[in-house]
Amino acid sequence: MPKSPDSRAFFLGATNGALSMIRQLHYKKRDCDVKLTGAEILTHFLHDEGVEFLFGYPGGAVLHIYDALHRQDKVKHILVRHEQAATHAADGYARSTGKPGVVLVTSGPGATNAVTGIATAYMDSIPMVVITGQVPTSLIGNDAFQEVDSVGITRPCVKHNFLVKDVKDLTSTLKKAFYVATTGRPGPVVVDIPKDVTAETADYIYPKTIEMRSYNPVVKGHSGQIKKATKMIASSKRPMFYTGGGVILDDASKALIEIAHMVGAPVTNTSMGLGGYPASDKQFVGMLGMHGTYEANMAISNCDLIIAIGARFDDRVTGNIEKFAPYAKIIHVDIDPSSISKNVKVDVPIVGGVNSVLKALLKQLKEDGYKPNKAALKDWWKQIEEWRSKDCLAYKTDTKIIKPQFALDTLYKVTKGDAFVTSDVGQHQMWAAQYYRFDKPRRWINSGGLGTMGFGLPAAMGVQLAHPKAQVACVTGEGSIQMNIQELSSCLQHNLPIKIICLNNGFLGMVRQWQEFFYDSRFSHSYMESLPDFVKLAEAYGHVGIQVTKPGDVEAAIKETFKLKDRLVFLDILTDPTENVYPMVPAGAGLDEMILI
Amino acid sequence: MENEAGALSRVAGLFSARGYNIESLTVAPTEDATLSRLTLVTRGSDEIVEQITKQLNKLIDVVKLMDLTEGPHIEREMMMIKVKTSSNDSREEIKRLVDIFRGRIIDVTATSYTIELTGKGEKLDAFINSFDKTPILETVRSGVSGISRGSKSLHI
Ligand SMILES: Cc1cc2nc3c(=O)[nH]c(=O)nc-3n(C[C@H](O)[C@H](O)[C@H](O)COP(=O)(O)OP(=O)(O)OC[C@H]3O[C@@H](n4cnc5c(N)ncnc54)[C@H](O)[C@@H]3O)c2cc1C
Ligand SMILES: Cc1ncc(C[n+]2csc(CCOP(=O)(O)OP(=O)(O)O)c2C)c(N)n1
Repeated sequence: MPKSPDSRAFFLGATNGALSMIRQLHYKKRDCDVKLTGAEILTHFLHDEGVEFLFGYPGGAVLHIYDALHRQDKVKHILVRHEQAATHAADGYARSTGKPGVVLVTSGPGATNAVTGIATAYMDSIPMVVITGQVPTSLIGNDAFQEVDSVGITRPCVKHNFLVKDVKDLTSTLKKAFYVATTGRPGPVVVDIPKDVTAETADYIYPKTIEMRSYNPVVKGHSGQIKKATKMIASSKRPMFYTGGGVILDDASKALIEIAHMVGAPVTNTSMGLGGYPASDKQFVGMLGMHGTYEANMAISNCDLIIAIGARFDDRVTGNIEKFAPYAKIIHVDIDPSSISKNVKVDVPIVGGVNSVLKALLKQLKEDGYKPNKAALKDWWKQIEEWRSKDCLAYKTDTKIIKPQFALDTLYKVTKGDAFVTSDVGQHQMWAAQYYRFDKPRRWINSGGLGTMGFGLPAAMGVQLAHPKAQVACVTGEGSIQMNIQELSSCLQHNLPIKIICLNNGFLGMVRQWQEFFYDSRFSHSYMESLPDFVKLAEAYGHVGIQVTKPGDVEAAIKETFKLKDRLVFLDILTDPTENVYPMVPAGAGLDEMILI
Repeated sequence: MENEAGALSRVAGLFSARGYNIESLTVAPTEDATLSRLTLVTRGSDEIVEQITKQLNKLIDVVKLMDLTEGPHIEREMMMIKVKTSSNDSREEIKRLVDIFRGRIIDVTATSYTIELTGKGEKLDAFINSFDKTPILETVRSGVSGISRGSKSLHI
C-alpha cells in the first residue's frame, strides 16, 4: 500500500549516524560495563524479551523513550491514532498469538485513554504490558502538567502495576511485569516510568529469570482431586464438558479434544472459549448462555455432571443462578482459585493449568481402566439430538432485505471458516459467535467480559500484524465501528488489509432489542441518525469501500472483498433493522427458559 | 505483605471494589524491613470469607495469608482516651476504674487525664461505656492486631 516514504526519519537517521554507531556498540557490548539510559534499557529489554511490536503514541513524558526507539530497529513501533486503540491492538496481537501485547503511552491523557483497553484485557485475562510515561519523580504529586496517578487509576483493572522510581530497578521491574502478565491467570500489567528515570543511566544485563516470593501460580493439579474427578466421570450418566477462555489461553485444545472423545460427552463453549473445541465436531453442541443454542442450554440444565474447564460461570452463561444445572455435580478446573465456587458452588475443585490437569485426568482415566457407559451415553445423546433437531439457529431468508445471519453464514462459507474474526460488541458479535463456526483456537477475538464497543478494528490490526498473510475480518456494527474509526488511518500507514464487515442496521441493535423486549419498544436513543457514507469514508482514508443492499449481492460482495488481498476493504452491508438475536435467555430466567425464534 | 508503597491501597481497594467491609485494619513493618504485617478484621458468611481469602491471596504484594479465627489466637487492641476531670472526686473515681481495667494514666493536666488501655475490643468497649458521667474528650483506637496461640507462627 502506498505510504509516503519516511523521508524525515531518513534525514534524522543520517544526522544521527555517529550516535547510532555508538548505540550499535552498546548492543554488542551489553554484558560489559556500559551504562545505558533508562530509555535505552527499555528498548534493549523489549528486544531481549522477544517483543516484536510496540503499540503506542508519543508525548512529553515518553520522549526519551521515543528517541531511543528511533535509534534502534529491533522492536517495531506501531503508531496508532488513539491510545485506546493501542491497547486493543496489543490485545488482538496477544489473543491471536498467545504472546503478551506491549503498549507505550504518555502520561496523563495518554494513560487515561489506555484505561478502557487495559480493563478490556483484564476482564478477559489477556497478557499485556502497558508502559505509561509519568512526570519526573520530583514533580509527582504536584499536579504537574499531564500528571495523573496512573498506578492508582489502573489499580482495579490490572493484574498488577508498578511505579519505577529508580533506574536501577527498571530492568527487574520490567522482567517482573512480563512474568506476572504471562503466567498463572494472565492479565495486563502497567509499568509507570517517570521521565527522569528514562534519562538516568544504569548497567543493563538481561535477566533470564526472576523470582518473586509472593507470586507462585500453581500449575499442577492436586492428585487426590484428580482421582476424585475421574471417579465422578466414571459414574456419570449424563456428563457434559463446559469449557472457556482458559482452554484457549493455555493452548489446550488438543488435550480437550482427546478427553472429550474418550468420555464421549457433549461439549459446549463459552463465547470466550469458542474454537477451543472444533465447532464441526459432532460432540459440539454450540455456545451456551444468554444467546447460546437450545441444545447447549438444555443439556447443561439436564446433565448430571459438568466438567468445567477454564471457564468462570459468568452471569451471561448461568442465567438465574438458582436455576442453573439443578441435577449436576460439578468438577471445576481453573488456575485461579478465586474463580472456583465464586458464583456456583462446585463439588470437585481442581486448581491448576488446563493442559497439565487435562493430561493428568487422561492419565488417571487410563490407569483406572475407564470405559464410557455406552448405554447411558446413548440415551443421553438421543435426548440431545432431540433438542438439536429444533435447529434453533435456523433463520428466515428474504429476497429483499439482508438478514444479518445470512451475511455471516456467507462470510463463513467464503472464507472457508479459516479467517481470524475480530468483533465489536452488540448483536453482530452474537451472530458472529453463532454463525462463524470456529474450528481452531485463537481465531475468534472478541471482548467478552467488558463488552467494549470499539474493540474490533484495533484488535484486527494486532491480529493482522501478527499474521500478515492471514484473512482477518472485523465483524462490526455501524455503532461500534465509529468508536475507533480513526484507526483506518493507522491501517493505511502500516499496510493492514483488514476486511471490515459492517452489519449496518441503523440501530444500536442490541440496545434496540432490549428496548423492544423489556421497554415496550420505546427506542430511546438507540437509533443511529446522521450515519456517514462509509464507502466514501473508507475512500477518504485511502481504502476501498463497498456497499451491499440486496441479499442476492452479498456473496459476490464478500468474495470481492477478500479478493482484494492487499487492500483494506470496508464492506457496508445494510441489514434488517428489526432483526433480533435468538435464542435469548431473558434476565432472571433459567437457561431452560429461553426465548426461541 | 511486601513493605512497598501502594500495597496497603491494593488491600483497601479490593475491599471497596468488591463490597466487603473492613471493621479494622492495622499495618506496620515487621522485624524484616522488607515485610509488613497487616491484621484485618472483617465479617461475612463462610462463602464470602472464602472469596475474600482467595482474592487477597491473588494480590501480588500479599506474601502469606492466615485466617486467625480458624484456630486459637490472641487479639489485642490499644486505646488512648482523654477524659475531663472536673473534680477531685472524679479524678479518684477514674483512677479506680483505670486500675480495675489495668490501664495506665499516661498524661495529666489540671482538668484532664489521658489513659492507655490494651486488650480485646470488648474490654475497650466496656471501659468506654463505664464513663457514664465523665465527659470523654477524645478516643483513639489502634484497631485489632492478632497472633495465633502456641508455637505455630506465620512466617515465610
Ligand atoms: C453482548 C454480550 C453477550 C454475551 N453473551 C454470552 C453468551 O450468551 N454466552 C457466553 O458464553 N458468553 C457471553 N458473553 C461473554 C461473557 O460476558 C463472558 O465474557 C464469558 O462468558 C466468559 O467466558 P469464560 O467463562 O470462558 O471466562 P474467561 O473470561 O475466558 O476466563 C477464563 C477462565 O479460565 C481461567 N484460566 C485462565 N488461564 C488458565 C489456565 N492456563 N489454566 C486454567 N485456567 C485458566 C481463568 O482463571 C478464568 O476463570 C457475552 C458478552 C457480551 C458482550
Ligand atoms: C463502549 C460501550 N458503550 C456502550 C455499550 C453498550 N452497548 C452494547 S451493544 C450496543 C449497541 C451496539 O451497536 P452496533 O455496534 O451498531 O451493533 P449492533 O448491536 O447493531 O449489531 C451498545 C450501545 C458498550 N457495550 N460499549
